[in-house]
Amino acid sequence: MPTTTIDGHEIHVNEEGFLTDPTEWSEPLAKSLAAQIGIELTDEHWQAIRFLREDFAKEGETPTLRRISVVGGIPTKTLFQLFPQKPAKKLAYVAGLPKPHGCV
Amino acid sequence: MTATETQPVVPSFGTTQTDRTLAIICSKGNLDMAYPALILANAALGEGVETHVFFTFWGFDMINKKTMGDLKFTMLGNTATHMPQGLGGLPGMTAMATHQLKKSIADLGVPEVPEFLQQIVDSGGHLWACRMSADMNHLTMDDLYDEVEDIISASDFIEKTEGAQLLFI
Repeated sequence: MPTTTIDGHEIHVNEEGFLTDPTEWSEPLAKSLAAQIGIELTDEHWQAIRFLREDFAKEGETPTLRRISVVGGIPTKTLFQLFPQKPAKKLAYVAGLPKPHGCV
Repeated sequence: MTATETQPVVPSFGTTQTDRTLAIICSKGNLDMAYPALILANAALGEGVETHVFFTFWGFDMINKKTMGDLKFTMLGNTATHMPQGLGGLPGMTAMATHQLKKSIADLGVPEVPEFLQQIVDSGGHLWACRMSADMNHLTMDDLYDEVEDIISASDFIEKTEGAQLLFI
């Protein structure tokens, strides 16, 4: 498994660059990961990221956009504004989690 | 094996604006034929692909306020259920099959048709109604789901989706 260093954080990643060990994640790391994909984190971003972390800890899998809006209470429109183009994958990346597997 | 990269490994989320466009034509009003379009439209939008959905003929049932929440699934003519075809014609069988399918879909956390359309619109998708279907059924924008942008002709749709990848369901 390759490692990569982002802003001084050494992390294990898969071939695409997603973290493979969610325990290596930290809030400062999230800021660095977000910066890599051109996103500056606001409180709204953090609300979504924290939901992802909590839900993953409980369910063992990354929530889909549908779950983030229905269970996490963050509207779909907001998610597309916060993490443009590919919100589910970008959000999973910044939260240090695998890409969601669910279709909807 | 451990390899330390000198350049940070960061996922490629594509260019900021993909030029890919997907056009989906929905021509069926059965519950089981509504979902493939909805799921694919939703998936495409989640990947940053501009998506247009055109409802025509029986597909109008998906956006007609009177029918959109009440699409049905029948075993009749569908050998993929692997049940004797005669069973499908018994009274109450379509209602039962519909109930079962709706339950399986809900168990996966997948929304019903009206809510799914809303999710598609919230994700930036565009919904269009077919002019000829509207005229045939004497329906106007008032009869259609509020998020449908307009009733347009087939040629308007073809024009709007120039260069798009197209899916006919």
